[in-house]
Amino acid sequence: MSQPVLSVRDLTVEFVTRRATLRALDKISFDIARGEVLGVVGESGAGKSVTGSAIIGLIDPPGRIAGGEVVLSGERVDNLPPDAMRKVRGKRIGMIFQDPLTSLNPLYRVGEQLIETIQTHTDLNASDARKRAIALLDEVGIPAPERRIDGYPHEFSGGMRQRVVIALALCAEPEFIIADEPTTALDVSVQAQIIALIKRLCKERGTSVMLVTHDMGVIAETADRVAVMYAGRIAEIGPVREVVKQPLHPYAKGLMGAIPSLEGDAERLVQIPGSMPRLSAIPPGCAFNPRCAQVFARCHVERPELIPVGDRKVACHLYDEPGAMGGKAEIAA
Amino acid sequence: MLAYILRSLMQGLVVMLAVAFIAFTMFRFVGDPVVNMLGQEATLQDRAELTERLGLNDPVPLQFARFVADAAQGDFGVSWRQGRKVSSLIVERLPATVELAVLSAIFAFVVGIALGVYAAIRRDGWIANLVMSLSLIGVSLPTFLIGIGLIYIFAVELRWLPSFGRGDTVRIGWWTTGLLTVSGLKSLVLPVLTLGFLQLTLIMRLVRSEMLEVMRADFIRFARARGIPERKIEFRHALRNTMIPVITIAGLQLGGVIAFAIVTETVFQWPGLGALFVNAVQFVDVPVMSAYLMFVAFVFVLTSLMVDLIYVALDPRLRGSPAMAK
Repeated sequence: MSQPVLSVRDLTVEFVTRRATLRALDKISFDIARGEVLGVVGESGAGKSVTGSAIIGLIDPPGRIAGGEVVLSGERVDNLPPDAMRKVRGKRIGMIFQDPLTSLNPLYRVGEQLIETIQTHTDLNASDARKRAIALLDEVGIPAPERRIDGYPHEFSGGMRQRVVIALALCAEPEFIIADEPTTALDVSVQAQIIALIKRLCKERGTSVMLVTHDMGVIAETADRVAVMYAGRIAEIGPVREVVKQPLHPYAKGLMGAIPSLEGDAERLVQIPGSMPRLSAIPPGCAFNPRCAQVFARCHVERPELIPVGDRKVACHLYDEPGAMGGKAEIAA
Repeated sequence: MLAYILRSLMQGLVVMLAVAFIAFTMFRFVGDPVVNMLGQEATLQDRAELTERLGLNDPVPLQFARFVADAAQGDFGVSWRQGRKVSSLIVERLPATVELAVLSAIFAFVVGIALGVYAAIRRDGWIANLVMSLSLIGVSLPTFLIGIGLIYIFAVELRWLPSFGRGDTVRIGWWTTGLLTVSGLKSLVLPVLTLGFLQLTLIMRLVRSEMLEVMRADFIRFARARGIPERKIEFRHALRNTMIPVITIAGLQLGGVIAFAIVTETVFQWPGLGALFVNAVQFVDVPVMSAYLMFVAFVFVLTSLMVDLIYVALDPRLRGSPAMAK
């Protein structure tokens, strides 16, 4: 297997407050291959966005990376000095934010913002940078780009602004893009277009994507693999088809069971009782143990590591105990 | 855009009319102008004649219309105390106040914005914290105390700078300026510092808090994620967004600086409009008082109009954009 574009090892992020040190990310590890789309799902506060911020080096104080490493195409980037990291941002890792209405500076023309970004990362002169900006706007599907380039953000609709944001993220042809809930703030009709656009552009360029969302529909349609996060840890990671159709981790099962479906014959949606623990009160052992229906003694004591089960990895003792609860039998079924 | 400017102009006009009405009623409520002008020994006939001549028998709306028409042409009548035209008194005093106020405003803006930006960027540095603490003193000290303190240090003890007056001035047309002579410039230093200090601290604190607010905005985060250098983010992206709310407050402050230089002018015996007004109040010189009132209102209207225009220049959302017509 070729070298992954992004490799995250035991990444830990802590927020130091006066009262306590909160662990927002607890030793998470995953790889993203070239051209692959990794979906990241989970409830609010599960650590999805923090993962993105940590990778791109934009954790706001009092948060900090407390351990682990982030390796981009074989080069470690989490410990770079600020200026070197700045050159990685935008150039090698692009980022798309949730709300296109507030991601753009309202006082500058979209062209100025594009050209500024292009010139930050390349040696192009002003007129070449402008040509490049127009080409990018054209590529993300903005009609009449030679004219629209001189428009201000408020003159674009939400979907069009998100296209501009995508163009900005792609300015320097990064090898990896973090899309942090790119469609949450958009109309449903526009969401599909934006997702299709991100998918097409990244396929054409061979760009890898980390797609953070809580929209399982988007994940199922777009991602190659999916990581389910819970309380700052990865519960399950694997090919999207398997994880969505037949989740292994009890939390992932609950999450998938909570998705309404048109063809399903279920009378009611499954609910997971309780709510995710606050970061200050994560229980020992498995973080999911207070809500888990299949909990047993070991879950309260020992934190489950990600263990390979077929093509995927699951952090659950059910699949580790030889003979316990018949976890493996379940896959076979 | 044109509608926007027209609306600002209309608002200004309404304000001016309202103030004119107050200035006009001052004549009626602060003593009887006929008695004031003729003295108590005048005969009834003299009074009747003067009343007729001044048009005081006409209906009130007509008198008001006449007052507004005169005021619009800069005619505020004759000072009761000095017996000279109020307009020429004002023109005589105007340069002193304008030079003082404009220099104070420039001082307050430039230093205030620079310190505010610095305090926002280095918000945890000890210099920034020191500046913030000192500014608290600046906000709470009354202007006259600062003036007297400065006079004591620089004029009495050190004898570096004069403590009162404008020094030598040069006449250019009807304008007299203290900017071209050494003694004139020296005389300006202390009053400018005194008048500008409070504004400076206010602007600085405002710039700091607004800038900290803007630095938390999504577009700043996105600019960082695009790899834009931090200096550019601070000075290109954040500062311009900071300036929009700052301009509003600072614009009103500027109006205040010009209009209420009274205290500073009194402390430094500065021969400006504020001193003229204080004298007028002492002698119930109503024409001068009402003219000063109109002047203050005019300054405020003018600065808020300028603020509106600067908004348009700074914020594209207020401009119509012909390029975007679909």
